[in-house]
Amino acid sequence: MGGVIPGASTFAGPIDSLFMIVLVITGAAFILVEGVLLYFLIRYRRRDGGKAEFTSGNRRIELTWTIIPGIMLIGLALYQYNTWLFTKVYLPDASEALTVGVISHQFEWQATYPGQDGKLDTQDDVTAPFNVLHFPVNKPVIIRLSSEDVIHSFFVPALRVKQDALPGRNVWLWFEGTQSGSFELACAELCGLGHYRMRGQVTLEPQADFDAWLADIAARGQ
Amino acid sequence: MAQTQEIEHQEQAHTEDLSFIRRYIFSTDHKVIGRQFLFSSLFFFSFGGLIAMLIRTQLAWPWKEIPVIGRTLYSSTGNILSPEGYPALVTMHGTIMIFFFVIPILSGAFGNFLIPLMIGAQDMAFPRLNMLSYWFMVPAFFIMLAGFFVEGGTAAAGWTSYAPLSALPTMIPGSGIGQTLWIVSLVFVGAASIMGAINYITTIVMLRAKGMTLFRMPMTIWALFITAILVLLATPVLTSVLLLLFFDRTIGTTFFLASAGGNPLIWQHLFWFYSHPAVYIMILPAMGMASDIISCFARKPLFGYRPMVYSIIAIAVLGFIVWGHHMFQSGMNPILGISFMTSTMMVALPSAIKTFNWLATLWRGQIHLTAPMLNALAFVSTFVIGGLSGIFAAATPVDTYIHDTFWIVGHIHYVLFGGSLFGIFAGIQFWYPKMFGRMMSDFWGKVHFSLTFITFNLVFFPMFLLGMYGMPRRIADPSNYNFLAPVQGINQFMTICAYILGLVQLILIANFFVSLVRGKRAVDNPWQANTLEWTTSSPPPKENFHTAPVVYRGPYDYSSPEAKEDWLSQTREPAAAPGD
Repeated sequence: MGGVIPGASTFAGPIDSLFMIVLVITGAAFILVEGVLLYFLIRYRRRDGGKAEFTSGNRRIELTWTIIPGIMLIGLALYQYNTWLFTKVYLPDASEALTVGVISHQFEWQATYPGQDGKLDTQDDVTAPFNVLHFPVNKPVIIRLSSEDVIHSFFVPALRVKQDALPGRNVWLWFEGTQSGSFELACAELCGLGHYRMRGQVTLEPQADFDAWLADIAARGQ
Repeated sequence: MAQTQEIEHQEQAHTEDLSFIRRYIFSTDHKVIGRQFLFSSLFFFSFGGLIAMLIRTQLAWPWKEIPVIGRTLYSSTGNILSPEGYPALVTMHGTIMIFFFVIPILSGAFGNFLIPLMIGAQDMAFPRLNMLSYWFMVPAFFIMLAGFFVEGGTAAAGWTSYAPLSALPTMIPGSGIGQTLWIVSLVFVGAASIMGAINYITTIVMLRAKGMTLFRMPMTIWALFITAILVLLATPVLTSVLLLLFFDRTIGTTFFLASAGGNPLIWQHLFWFYSHPAVYIMILPAMGMASDIISCFARKPLFGYRPMVYSIIAIAVLGFIVWGHHMFQSGMNPILGISFMTSTMMVALPSAIKTFNWLATLWRGQIHLTAPMLNALAFVSTFVIGGLSGIFAAATPVDTYIHDTFWIVGHIHYVLFGGSLFGIFAGIQFWYPKMFGRMMSDFWGKVHFSLTFITFNLVFFPMFLLGMYGMPRRIADPSNYNFLAPVQGINQFMTICAYILGLVQLILIANFFVSLVRGKRAVDNPWQANTLEWTTSSPPPKENFHTAPVVYRGPYDYSSPEAKEDWLSQTREPAAAPGD
């Protein structure tokens, strides 16, 4: 994936390398199976007068191709655990992170930032314009995701982040940007006739730029 | 004298008239019901395929007017597709292909036609229930198609119809009466499936011919048997959840509405509790047919018959504990992702075992590359890609990226088109002589196969690349995103290949119908196969067998040293062993 959509978060490294590992393993299995299939088709094409070998199985071979792929598949599953725990299960310490509320509805995203007190759901919260999301780079960001109507999905390909937004419930996700820049946010769950245009713009920028942007938004809001 | 003759003649005409309807329309003969399922499924296959063409057209050239067709189909929206039209097309393509084509053709057509013939029974255990099962499909057809003509159009919340998009009529135009019709139609389909499943299970358990032990049954029968059990256990869950959705929409319940204490994730859990086993309902019968066809044309016993049976059972059992892998990013507790990932990796194992056994069946065979065999081999080779691409999605961290992208679209089509559909093509051409008493053209079968195999891969393999680019599913206009600009050319290429793939299917349809009248007359056993259906005439008489068959051996004694020929019918008595 890194080859086509360069990663811009700390998730990109582990997720892209897992993708590569799965690609190598499945690629080898693919070449092996298709290669053997083609070889057999050529090698054992019908010959006049010949008869096929009368054999209907072999316990040792069956055990071999049950146990080896079995171990590989379980191993592959175990190998994913840490990255899954890192990306989805454990949230970073809230005191070191920026917590942002993101609300989705047909067909827009809206981010709400904590004001001076550093807390959401207080009077000084700052609400950004629709579909404009800014985050500081090199700092963990926790997003409290929710929806006002149907299910949407918060998908930023460059950040390797995807999480469905549910009506009536807060879902928490997090990421830490590593590259400044502008990245697209797409809705990844069919949410209505405007699903295809439910697009947001995510900007990752140094803390100082982010603070200035937030102050500007706050000033304009008042 | 003349008068009595006249009366007799009239009576005769009357009974013949009656028997035409009884024989071809309201028939209780499993062979006729099988053919009814076959023809209606093939109709919906064409219909669902045409919808796919409209989807591909929109993805390649968004919001452009299609010459002639645009004026006919989209006249109310200025001759171009409307934004709500696209989700409707996607929804109908998926719904029709799954519920009106793949499931009914595999269980309904092949299940009906083959089960009694391959186990040596005269008919199904419950012929009238069998007829009722088909006649529950007919209202389903009309109710679903009626959706196209109601206000707001047909259902548009995806074939998965996630609540609350599907529960709240205001959320999308198709979520009006169209969505309600969708629910009612699928309740009928579910009832038909359950009736069929009860019948297949009973028939296989009770009506096997003398000597047909469970472990002498062909893989096709094993697969249809396990599939029927899956249908029986899983479909009631779908029907229940559809009814809950129906109540939410009509009488004000709030099962899926968070605003009043409901939970939208309940829909996903219950829907996938059915729909994941349904993936196996859609693939196991094709696996069974491919096993029989590959063994027959390799002229060699199926390698590892018992491991093949056990792996089908393992797939069915594990299939019930993997549904959560559709929900890794859904907001369910991510800890659950770990257990569902592990069970999902496990379910890949029996599929791998089956693949290795198919390959070993070819080893030292005498491979006849007929049209059915080529399609069965294509089943194996593309199913491998379908299975392997699923491992990426099972790996939860990788799934975070590829979930709900075209990677998944590619994966499902490699399993259901590459897998099931090539299996269906193989099955149609293999059993056609038994169904209709004539041979299909092998030459045109091969032409159809080659072109389908090439264009299929050209359409669906690039989907994995689109998935790597992060192109979300079900978006009407990829050009809306800058990060998708590099793939627009690929989308256009895929669309052109899809048109060819669609056109090529006309070869199969022509071959099918021309062969009905002009095909070579089929002998009883044109493929020199071992199973029971080939011991009776082509097509079989009403009671299937002229004398009740007795089974002495397994279905795969090809190239046995016991016989001069390279096949040995299941009905052949073993040579008397010394001392007998």
